[in-house]
Order: sequence, then structure tokens, then C-alpha cells
Amino acid sequence: MITLRDVRKSYSNDVEIGPVDLQIPAGGVTALVGPNGAGKSTVLTMIGRLLGIDDGAIEVAGYDVSSTKSKDLAKIVSILRQENHFITRLTIRQLVGFGRFPYSKGRLTAADEEIISQAIDFLELSDLEDRFIDELSGGQRQRAYVAMVLAQDTDYVLLDEPLNNLDMKHSVQMMAHLRRAATQMGRTIVIVLHDINFAGHYADHICAVKTGSVVEFGTPAEIMTAEVLTRVFDTPVEVIDGPRGRLAVYY
Amino acid sequence: MTSTRDSLAEATSVRKSLVRAKGQLLSWKLAVGVVGVLLLLVLSLFTGVYDIFGGDGGAEMFQITRVPRTIALVLAGAAMAMCGLVMQLLTQNRFVEPTTTGTTEWAGLGLMLTVIVYPDASILARMIGAIIAAFIGTLVFFMFLRRVSLKSSLIVPIIGIMLGAVVGAISTFIAVQTDMLQSLGIWFAGSFTSILRGQYEILWVVVIVVIAVFITADRFTVAGLGKEVATNIGLNYNQVILIGTILVAIATGVVTVVVGSLPFLGLIVPNIVSMIRGDDLRSNLPWVCLLGIAIVTICDLIGRVIIMPFELPVSVILGVVGAAVFVGLLLRQRKRG
Repeated sequence: MITLRDVRKSYSNDVEIGPVDLQIPAGGVTALVGPNGAGKSTVLTMIGRLLGIDDGAIEVAGYDVSSTKSKDLAKIVSILRQENHFITRLTIRQLVGFGRFPYSKGRLTAADEEIISQAIDFLELSDLEDRFIDELSGGQRQRAYVAMVLAQDTDYVLLDEPLNNLDMKHSVQMMAHLRRAATQMGRTIVIVLHDINFAGHYADHICAVKTGSVVEFGTPAEIMTAEVLTRVFDTPVEVIDGPRGRLAVYY
Repeated sequence: MTSTRDSLAEATSVRKSLVRAKGQLLSWKLAVGVVGVLLLLVLSLFTGVYDIFGGDGGAEMFQITRVPRTIALVLAGAAMAMCGLVMQLLTQNRFVEPTTTGTTEWAGLGLMLTVIVYPDASILARMIGAIIAAFIGTLVFFMFLRRVSLKSSLIVPIIGIMLGAVVGAISTFIAVQTDMLQSLGIWFAGSFTSILRGQYEILWVVVIVVIAVFITADRFTVAGLGKEVATNIGLNYNQVILIGTILVAIATGVVTVVVGSLPFLGLIVPNIVSMIRGDDLRSNLPWVCLLGIAIVTICDLIGRVIIMPFELPVSVILGVVGAAVFVGLLLRQRKRG
């Protein structure tokens, strides 16, 4: 379980996060949704201890992220940010191999190599594993990054808009991979999503963030209603019953 | 039936993963590289005006100048190429190396201040002065980069070169005031001409630096993926930056004191190796060291024979070759976007 208690963070006078009180249950996919600038990514980066908090406490699986050693947290929670511009020319396999760094410190064992192979296979990158990441398409590269955090073998995986820059086909594939990682590997996946319909279809829980606070938390059935979505996104939203569940229509 | 198939699948997957385990460090290609560099070094040993076979005391001359000079080529070439690689990973910028960040100029300033304060300073004391100044200068540069968070690949070296020019100007000013301009010119022009037995041995310090980089190689590669990725996998990013800066400062300081400035070496070598082999630092290090040695040795050989019986400083040849490769890299990067 991920617990945020009275978490606050202020950048400047006009940007302020919190107080955030939130409990994300272990297991399944939890989607963070909300309008631009609501603080979804900030909350995620704070859980992943990439950004310090000003006040309050964040615990992941019972470990306080501010006081637990970073190298120990690396075995409990992994985080992938949205922007990844590497100048480093690594092959997919080398990149994914760095997911094992918390365990191997760079000296990969046979067991590490096996886990790396599994992560690569899981994201269907086996044929590309010796290609350099700068030679890949956007969708392939995104899958390679996700393979790296899966190889880290943490119970909690935080992903900041992994569908960014992906087309329809690759977005659906990515969500299917993440869904499988949650179900088959038993990971707890917390993901920032832009498209509410992706959240409604693939997530087990939806957390709506608005102006720095959590305004709604519930199952897709509870959140995917015209009333809630209109309030969260500040724009008229209708919810209709589609062939595969509810769909938000906002244009 | 099912179980047979399962175990078969298991067996293939095990075999596959063994085959897929990463490439080995040593290979025949590396052996060819080593032999090539050794040939260059032999050439360096037997190139020079003095006839070491026929002349009086040829063997002694060989020991006093040729052997030290060749060892210095190996150590300085490997050290500066490696410094460039480490700095490029730490700044996540392909155009960074000790002479495009002002590190060399800082080392020169430190060397000169040490000599002004202690005119009889031993070579060890000068070296320490240069290392401290190089360390401070590199940290200043890194901190500046972080402040302005410039990731644009071209602005970063431009700022570094500007910073170096300012520090160089300060050095020149002090040198004019203290009547040391001539010494300053000699120090800065990297040259192996004056490498003699008894004066270069301190260069062996860089061997320790190379070993330290080899041990911490994976950390530098991770740092090259950025602060967030590094933190995610539990690495203390600031600590890695500090260690890297210390290692670079030591190597640059020592080389600046003994040889002088070797422009562009740290820039072109890692870029060429990266283009061909990618960026896995640990398996690249032997290649970076080899190529660094090879380029500096070739440039030194050219400098020795081009206007025989006189010599051109190696920094002149390196400057010409390096600038051409630098422009080539810029154009290539442009094309790739």
C-alpha cells in the first residue's frame, strides 16, 4: 500500500500541492487523472522520492520514502519519468540491465541475466534487444524503458504518462502490457494518464487530482460518471455506454 | 507430452539467455588494437634526430628521452581520452572534455599560482596546486550547468570554452605582472619534447585514476542516464558527480603539469568509440584508452618528423586534427537532428 499523509509541497507562491491524503491499495493498476497542472506528476515524483516533500509523510509498503535509504527503496519502488533524453548510446539489453543495478551494482549474475531476458520478452522486444535505443521508434523506446523498471523487480511501479507520444495501437499495447504486469506479476502499478477513457478501461482504481489535491478516489464505475468528470475536468463531460464499458465524451 | 514440451521450452530459454548474456570484454578485435598501438609505440621509440644505434651513448640517450617520452604518450593519451568520456557522461553532453570546460585552464592557473607562491615548488607540489584548481574549476562549471540547466548540446561547450578563456586571461594577466609569460606559454602548449627521465614519473598517478574509473564505470554510465534514472535505481547521484570530478581533476592536473594542454583528445576519442560501439562504459574503456594513446602518439610522431630536425608541439597537431573532427561531429549531429 502507498500512503500519503498530509503531504505538502510548494514551488512558489502560485504553485502549491496539498495537503494530499491518499491511500493507494497494493495490487492492480491505479490511474492518476486530472487537468493539466493539477499536480499528478508531482505527486507521482514525490512518491518515487525524486522530489522532496515540504511537509507530511509518504510511505510505500510501510517504508517512509524520506528516511529510507535510496538504495533500499530502489528494491521496493521504481519510477519512470516522462522525459527521457539519453545521450548515452546503450542497447536495449544494456539499458534493461541497469534495472538490476540495485541488486547487482553492475556485476550482472546469471540470475540477473535471466530476469533481464524475461523483462525483454515480456515487452516483446526480444528481436530488438541488441539495437541501440536511439535507433528505435517512440513506441519501442517506451517499451524498453518500461522493461527496465520491470527488471528492477519492485512491487511498486510508478509511470509518468507512459502513453505520451504513442499512437493508438502502441498505447493499447502498452496498457495491455501493464495490465498483464499487474495481473501476472502481481505488481502494483500507479500511472499518470491523460486519456480518461484509458483509465476507465484499464485501471482498477482511479484517483482524480485537481489544483494540487486529491478530489476523488474510487473504482472506474464510481469515477466514470458525467457528474464527477465534469467537476474534475472543469468541462462538460457526458458518459455513454460503449461496447466495452463506459466512455467519456467531452467534445 | 506437455511436460516434455515445457522442459524443452525451459531448456531453450536457458540456452537462449546464456547466449544472450552480454559480450565479453576481451576479443580478438581488442587484441588487434593492442598490437597496432604497440607498433606505434615502437615507432615512437625509434623516431628522433639522435641516432641511438650509431651515436655515442645511444643506449643511454634511448633510456633518458625515448623511453620516458613513449611512456608519457601512453599515460597522457589514455588519461585525457578517459577524462573526456567521464565528463561527457556526467554532463550528459557529447561536446564536453577538459579543454572545452576550462578544466585545463584552471589547472594551468593553479600550477602558476603554486610557482609564484613557492618558486622552488617540487613537481609534486605543482601537481597538487594544479589538481586543486582543476577540481574547483570543474565543480564551478558543473554547478553552473545545473543552475541554468542547459541541456542544449552546443551552448554547454561554448560556455565552457568562454569560462576557460576568462581563466586563461587571468593567468596571462598574472603572468605578465610576474614576468612569467614565457613559462606560461611553454606549460600550456602540450608537448612531449621535454619529457626526460626523472621528470615525468609522476604521470604514473593516472594509472590509479584509470583503475578507479574502471571500478566505478557502471556508476558513471548510470549517471549518464540522468539524475532521475540514477536516483530511481538507488544511486547517490551527487556522490558520483563528486567522485568523477575528483578523478578528472587528478588526471587533468597531472597531465597539465607534466605535458601541458592536449586539446580535443578527450572529445574526439569517446565520440568515435561511442559511434562504433555504443556507450557501455566498462567494455569501452580499453578502447577509449587505446584510441587515446594511438591518436596522441600519431600526432606526436607527425610533430617530430614534419619539420625535422625541429619539433612541433603535439598540441598544435592535435588542435588541427581535433578541430576538424569536432566540426565533423557537429555536422553529423545536425544531420541526425
